[in-house]
Amino acid sequence: MSRPKQNQNYKGHGLPKGKEREQRASIRFKTTLINTLMDVLRHRPGWVEVKDEGEWDFYWCDISWLRENFDHTYMDEHVRISHFRNHYELTRKNYMVKNLKRFRKQLEREVGKLEAAKCDFFPKTFEMPCEYHLFVEEFRKNPGITWIMKPVARSQGKGIFLFRRLKDIMDWRKGTAGKKLTSLEAQPARSAVNSSGSHDTRSSDDQKDEIPVENYVAQRYIENPYLIGGRKFDLRVYVLVMSYIPLRAWLYRDGFARFSNTRFTLNSIDDQYVHLTNVAVQKTSPDYHPKKGCKWMLQRFRQYLASKHGPEAVERLFSDMDNIFVKSLQSVQKVIISDKHCFELYGYDILIDQDLKPWLLEVNASPSLTASSQEDYELKTCLLEDTLHVVDMEARLTGREKRVGGFDLMWNDGPVSREEGTPDLSGMGNFVTNTHLGCVNDRKKQLRQLFRSLQGQKKVPS
Amino acid sequence: MLQEESDLSLIIAQIVQKLKGSNLYAQLERQAWASLQRPEIKLESLKEDIKEFFKISGWEKKLQNAVYSELSVFPLPSHPAAPPEHLKEPLVYMRKAQGSWEKRILKSLNSMCTELSIPLARKRPVGEQKELLNKWNEMGTDEPDLSLFRPVYAPKDFLEVLINLRNPNYENGDSLSFRTHLGLIQVPLKVKDIPELKEFFVELGLTTGQLGIDDSTQVPPELFENEHVRIGQKVLAEQDSAAAQQYIRQGSPTALRAELWALILNISSQPEDILYYEQLKTNVIQHDLLVDSLIYKDVKLTASNDDYYFVFEDYLYQVLLCFSRDTSVLGHFAYSSASPPKSYIRGKLGLEEYAVFYPPNGVIPFHGFSMYVAPLCFLYHEPSKLYQIFREMYVRFFFRLHSISSHPSGIVSLCLLFETLLQTYLPQLFYHLREIGAQPLRISFKWMVRAFSGYLATDQLLLLWDRILGYNSLEILAVLAAAVFAFRAVNLMEVTSLAAAEAVLADLSTLKVMPLLQIFLFATVT
Repeated sequence: MSRPKQNQNYKGHGLPKGKEREQRASIRFKTTLINTLMDVLRHRPGWVEVKDEGEWDFYWCDISWLRENFDHTYMDEHVRISHFRNHYELTRKNYMVKNLKRFRKQLEREVGKLEAAKCDFFPKTFEMPCEYHLFVEEFRKNPGITWIMKPVARSQGKGIFLFRRLKDIMDWRKGTAGKKLTSLEAQPARSAVNSSGSHDTRSSDDQKDEIPVENYVAQRYIENPYLIGGRKFDLRVYVLVMSYIPLRAWLYRDGFARFSNTRFTLNSIDDQYVHLTNVAVQKTSPDYHPKKGCKWMLQRFRQYLASKHGPEAVERLFSDMDNIFVKSLQSVQKVIISDKHCFELYGYDILIDQDLKPWLLEVNASPSLTASSQEDYELKTCLLEDTLHVVDMEARLTGREKRVGGFDLMWNDGPVSREEGTPDLSGMGNFVTNTHLGCVNDRKKQLRQLFRSLQGQKKVPS
Repeated sequence: MLQEESDLSLIIAQIVQKLKGSNLYAQLERQAWASLQRPEIKLESLKEDIKEFFKISGWEKKLQNAVYSELSVFPLPSHPAAPPEHLKEPLVYMRKAQGSWEKRILKSLNSMCTELSIPLARKRPVGEQKELLNKWNEMGTDEPDLSLFRPVYAPKDFLEVLINLRNPNYENGDSLSFRTHLGLIQVPLKVKDIPELKEFFVELGLTTGQLGIDDSTQVPPELFENEHVRIGQKVLAEQDSAAAQQYIRQGSPTALRAELWALILNISSQPEDILYYEQLKTNVIQHDLLVDSLIYKDVKLTASNDDYYFVFEDYLYQVLLCFSRDTSVLGHFAYSSASPPKSYIRGKLGLEEYAVFYPPNGVIPFHGFSMYVAPLCFLYHEPSKLYQIFREMYVRFFFRLHSISSHPSGIVSLCLLFETLLQTYLPQLFYHLREIGAQPLRISFKWMVRAFSGYLATDQLLLLWDRILGYNSLEILAVLAAAVFAFRAVNLMEVTSLAAAEAVLADLSTLKVMPLLQIFLFATVT
């Protein structure tokens, strides 16, 4: 696929050119989620909710519906749906690892070791139980380090545990290889997980239920996370992908850092409250006070780092994060079924270590849209509003925008550069990517200007 | 002429006296002795050569900074025969009011002590000491039962005291005139008006570049920001306190702020300072004070619940617990109108030989005290440095916000300045609020007492505190408070109750401090 050399400024971002897109009188939407999304959809002018089996133009669906119905649903050209059919290639931990490893090899072959090394943002991971032997080899090469065992398909911190000795997982493995796995729901208190880290298969009644075989991944635990106030945290960043072929991705300026409620120490690897920073897990911690929220907006985080390490180091960190987003999407580009009806809003979880290197923890296809505080509510409603602006059911955009509200066009079948004249703090030469993560988000003003100029353009007869 | 000269020599003598006891003096002496080895020092011109050596090696600069520091803090003596109380507070009625306020606080503390039958101080058993030492970096995880403790006082209690302050020598007659002060503070102190403030804060003017305004995204950095950062780096390289203080009036770049503040406050982390902090830490481990529980309660109630400062909870304990045991803080009482409360060993009430200062640093924390420390955690991460910076900020500025004095940066003057500005330049608003029972000071008092910490967004707060350091004065707090009212005047004119007025002014987190100040001082038609 050859790309003609042209100024990136004039490349459209995927809207059909030449054909006048029809303006719809009203847009019928459907969603099963009842939280910020519902508020945003209901308040959008011209959008009408359809109930039950009515026809819809826009569906913010959940993954289970997608799995069962996508293949049998016919969608008109203008219809949009909020997931890609096989998004799990990116969001399930074991598939993502496979895809990333393969992409890395490809890069090494085609471009070279240096470029391939840019994919080293994922801690060494092994799929269980099939890569168990490979894992043991790696384990033996690095004695004494901590590993973390995560179920591939669960969220909110369920089923995760840490371990340092092979013995801790030997028993677990004996119970799982080839057999149906019994339920491994982690209990909030540490009672069901005994001191060696393995799960007690004899304890509760629901163990007897038939649960399909579950895969786990064993991942190298990052033992030197960056701490603020003695606490571990991770970053939640939002990336909107409008298509995979060609790859078009937008990065939202806002996001947040989620803090663990307790102080970080490697002494108590059984204390999942220390190590897991999901708000869902923190909510069950005995220390948790709902008023606290445990979150910092990314702007605040960026300022804190700048005052501690200086602007150049921060610029480097953020451009390393851009690299994570782009490479992870590129690694699944050829695998994901790029349906023009689909778009997806991903929640990326990033962990920073003490050397200011970002690591990818995971990618969520259904990031939580429930608000934990007033500030959180505002962030999520603005995020969703801007998502809908980019999806552009109302056919207002020209397709050449580089910024819509809080979203910056990060990748448009190639890197997108910022406006001319911005200072290059990263020292990467002339090219500065068009991302502003953690920067000022004056979205209201930008949207006003954008829509006003679009109105103006429409008035000019074509 | 003669008077000035003798004043000057008095000042010099006092500063020399102070510095003689300091670490810097010992270091300079050592350096002077060591320099005798150097070839350029000749016996014939010993004095000049050593002076030259000091200049080149940077020691003169350090001495300059120390002298400048003393000048900033120590008030100039008015008259050689003035008694020490005058240095603390020249007006008798203010001294009396402060004295009786202190008695009330101490009484409240003692009664809490008796009610709960907790001693003011006790030695910790060894087991408890070990436990605390282990938990030193995460004291926030402790959840002691603090339900029985109440803060000794809250800012609004203090406000009531200030409202009742009267100068017995002042009689302004019963008749109302345009000169009558409509506000709550009824003491005749001299405060600046806008023309005088314009002169005082000349660097905040419209034609001078500011961080907080001229570094916003729309302004290309070549216009001001780049040059300002370059100058900042130069100032830091020169290590000149006075230059830094002048520079910071236009705001400090984020990356340079921590060092600039340390330079202005003349804080350099010497091994002795770290040792001193460790000693304080040992004191905390060994003895438990009643005041500690008050500190715990305050942190839990204020900083821990703040969306942004909750992360620094542990640092706050590490600083405040040590602070309450630091007897060097007692030094500031020489120029503060306050006096440290005294407590007596059990059974020896009234006997001076058995009197001790309680708490050891003489400062009883009140509700919101921990918010003075919280913003500093954003800049300093090493506990002993953070501690030093906070202590210096306290003995230079913060203590004035909760003691009754006539100093222009004292809280009484700030309140009066605020009310006068409002009455003079927004008379309609002031009158309206007064009529509906919402005296403006009732709302803005808490902002000023806390130096706006916890009310403004952190980056804005730090820009504000830059100016406090730059101008060595807290008057900017009163000006900002008035500017906020001016900004929200339209909404405030429509409210009909105190609660509604509070609601309009409840959320200051979106305010941009510098534009507000600039508009109020320089761009409002008066």
